[in-house]
Amino acid sequence: MSRWLSKHALHIYGVLAFAYIFTPIAYVMVFSFNQPARSNLTWRGFTLENWTNPCGAPEVCSALGNSLKIGLASTLIATVLGTMVAFALARYRFRGRTPTNLLIFLPMATPEVVLAASLLTLFLNLRVPLGTATIVIAHVMFSISFVVVAVKARIASLDPRLEQAAQDLYANEFETFRRITLPLVAPGIAGAALLAFSLSFDDFIITNFVSGDVNTFPKFVYVSAQRGIPADAYVIGSAMFLLAMGLVLAAELFRWRRSRRL
Amino acid sequence: MTASRSDLRLTGLTKRFSGFTAVDGLDLTISQGEFFALLGPSGCGKTTTLRMIAGLEEPTGGSIHLGDLDVTEKKPYQRPVNTVFQNYALFPHLSVFENVAFGLRRRGVKDVKKQALEALDLVELGHLAQRRPAQLSGGQQQRIALARAVVNRPQVLLLDEPLGALDLKLRRQMQIELKRIQTEVGITFVHVTHDQEEAMTMADRVAVMNHGKIEQLGAPAELYEAPGTTFVANFLGQSNLVAVTRSGTDGQYTMVDVGGQKLRIRTDRCSSEGELLLGVRPEKIRLHSAADPVPSGLNQLTGGVVLDASYLGVSTQYLVRMPWGQNLTVFAQNLGIGERFSDGSAVQLAWEPDHSFGLAGDAGAGVESTLED
Ligand SMILES: Nc1ncnc2c1ncn2[C@@H]1O[C@H](COP(=O)(O)OP(=O)(O)OP(=O)(O)O)[C@@H](O)[C@H]1O
Ligand SMILES: [Mg+2]
Repeated sequence: MSRWLSKHALHIYGVLAFAYIFTPIAYVMVFSFNQPARSNLTWRGFTLENWTNPCGAPEVCSALGNSLKIGLASTLIATVLGTMVAFALARYRFRGRTPTNLLIFLPMATPEVVLAASLLTLFLNLRVPLGTATIVIAHVMFSISFVVVAVKARIASLDPRLEQAAQDLYANEFETFRRITLPLVAPGIAGAALLAFSLSFDDFIITNFVSGDVNTFPKFVYVSAQRGIPADAYVIGSAMFLLAMGLVLAAELFRWRRSRRL
Repeated sequence: MTASRSDLRLTGLTKRFSGFTAVDGLDLTISQGEFFALLGPSGCGKTTTLRMIAGLEEPTGGSIHLGDLDVTEKKPYQRPVNTVFQNYALFPHLSVFENVAFGLRRRGVKDVKKQALEALDLVELGHLAQRRPAQLSGGQQQRIALARAVVNRPQVLLLDEPLGALDLKLRRQMQIELKRIQTEVGITFVHVTHDQEEAMTMADRVAVMNHGKIEQLGAPAELYEAPGTTFVANFLGQSNLVAVTRSGTDGQYTMVDVGGQKLRIRTDRCSSEGELLLGVRPEKIRLHSAADPVPSGLNQLTGGVVLDASYLGVSTQYLVRMPWGQNLTVFAQNLGIGERFSDGSAVQLAWEPDHSFGLAGDAGAGVESTLED
């Protein structure tokens, strides 16, 4: 018995760990098929109705649309700006480089509520109307640090001789950047963009402070949690999860096919 | 000096890194189509010299000319020079074919495909065109790096210890292949190495570098038979260096004296004044028993005692203690004829006077730099 246990301990541990991680997700998936009612806490019977009509509950889809729109906009801005900052920090020696390197960590280290409160004060003092724009500004502000850190790490791991080899092979500065540097740093940029999107998409605290009356998906879920979350929210959650899994699988498949073709 | 159309000419080329001089006023002309080797111990400035020729390092002083063209200020991509980097520096995200085609595409060459495949065939790796660099062995990567540079038919190809990472067998094989490619395409090769055997077997001319300067330059046999400095004498193979005093001249020979014994050096292979060291290569010396007569006309040193005899297969290495306290090395080929000497035998040394060379300075100089390699 104890021999069996020692042989399979790792497997058991693995299964338990997975169960721990996936129980809430499985719960969301299962309850997305629950018969609709005002709240979605008890099992009433299987139905596909929520999936065929995910926008049934009022405001759920407009909140989702806002979240996607804000997520895409802030990801785009944060990724472009953050990548530029990362290149500047990694490649150029300028006055204030060391302090900049430290300051870039500040938004990561500051508690979110503090950031949120100070941003709100700032917007109110400057009389900026709260809404989609202020949310995007706030999201860009906190996700840009993550982009800088991720992209900078990737640039630092780049062998400088590759760029020198490209220049030796008649590529000027721009072509060296386009054909060698950028493609090699691209996985880091893509990873940073995904991170920025997911940070923006599920941010609640800062969004809640600076959004005015614009509704986002996390805000919608939070508010409806007070009176019972509609099953449609579960559908959207499950769909997001499946979409993410699908993308990861597709990427893996693509890599596998490419490596086999060679 | 009249340079032919695309000779590579370095004039007073200097590179200083914050106070430290890595390359010190290099003057050098490498002829078109020559296989030139830069040989020297680690840190003597070989890579820095190549990087300046390629344009990857900005010289502190001096100039670089290709034929009549001054390329000192030109960007790397504006020079008709390509480099095979020490660690290959293949582009990991591009296929082997695209790596080789890279330079052709940047220059807007028309039949990229044909030329790239030809270059791959030249290094016999045409069948691997679609692979990624990471899927190749070290030797294959090395050949791709070579193809990627050669395909551009540069005026000068710079090779920075391209065989450094290979094992001995592959190394020998690649040396032959490199030499074949150089003869086939006829471009100037500047080959950096700290393997003296590699430099000697491959190059038309060798420059021995030390502390950022060229100690001596010449054909391999010339450097070996008549080293000009103690550093070269000790860096290229082994040398016996004996401090001697001048005692006169005899025709084309300078007479010298060590411990009362007279020796001769050709005057034209002798520094003209000051302290003199007599040098002779270990394999040039014949050992004779102390009792035997030595043929006349040879340089002869008596009073030696064999300290150690090591059997090396093709030869035997003797360490002989001389009366003035110095140990000399002698290589004797194991021909199966002639006498073998055991430890403690009393011997005398003899060699052709023409095999001696005279150097300025003291015997210690240069030895320690050889050891640091
Ligand atoms: N960027 C740099 N900054 C400061 N010193 C440098 C730099 N590059 C090289 N050096 C110094 O210049 C000297 C010559 O370096 P170089 O790389 O040319 O040597 P090398 O002859 O190629 O040696 P090896 O055989 O080990 O490759 C070395 O002492 C090295 O420490
Ligand atoms: Mg080097």
